[in-house]
Amino acid sequence: MAGAAVGAPLRYLVDRAVQARHDSAFPWGTFTVNVAGSLALGLLTGLAASGAAGRDVQILLGTGLCGAMTTYSTFSYETLRLAESGRRLFAAANATASVLAGLAAVLLGTALTR
Amino acid sequence: MVSGEPVDPDVDLHLPQQRAELTAHPFAVLGAVAAGGALGAAARHGAALLWPVPAGAFPWSTLGVNAVGSGLIGVLMVLVAERGAGHPLVRPFLGTGVLGGFTTFSAYAADVAGLLTRGDAAAALGYAAATLAAALGAVWAAAAATRRLVRRTAPPAPSGRRGDAR
Repeated sequence: MAGAAVGAPLRYLVDRAVQARHDSAFPWGTFTVNVAGSLALGLLTGLAASGAAGRDVQILLGTGLCGAMTTYSTFSYETLRLAESGRRLFAAANATASVLAGLAAVLLGTALTR
Repeated sequence: MVSGEPVDPDVDLHLPQQRAELTAHPFAVLGAVAAGGALGAAARHGAALLWPVPAGAFPWSTLGVNAVGSGLIGVLMVLVAERGAGHPLVRPFLGTGVLGGFTTFSAYAADVAGLLTRGDAAAALGYAAATLAAALGAVWAAAAATRRLVRRTAPPAPSGRRGDAR
């Protein structure tokens, strides 16, 4: 839970920082934390597979930090709001790009630790 | 209309109150997010212990957590927008903290990657699409139901911003 107590405020701060620099209808802030958290979890998964990270570290950093730094609820709500406000293309792009970029980030993170 | 609702429930800098909240009360806001995040993540970990998924199996518990959390944020954000947030720390604690900490995008992405690298492309695609459909369906249904319920029971908005002809 210590990991999550850091991960959740980190998401809040990164989201703010990205929004302050990128005023756009596309939710770049949430996109950024989700992809960054997925990359970090990929790195951790790779380290765990090579035996460098034990079960406790995986729970602290994987379940806690990466899990709380990323969010599905905010991603879902933003996609809904984009669709409701007539920005259907943005909503579809957000869903597709988030899933593909998150997946690519995990695979990249795992590959980097091989 | 749903224009009173922010786009980003974590924090939306288009809303003056949320833009100012961090400089006004940095420790209270970050503390509420941290405490909520820890509670949410503990609940997610609890769900994973209650419904353990063997390695390589279809990750039902993460799918369930993400769908339930998405539904709950639909309820919360509509209530905050339509009825007022109550205490200014309600959204940071419950929305950004508890629900943000409960749901997870990284584990979802890692689960898809895990199924894919095992060579189970059909399960990877099925899981990726099923989570997306369940979460988006849940947030849509929950927000729609909450708006309907709130407006049926709501007294006329004091500002007259929301038309009563609706």
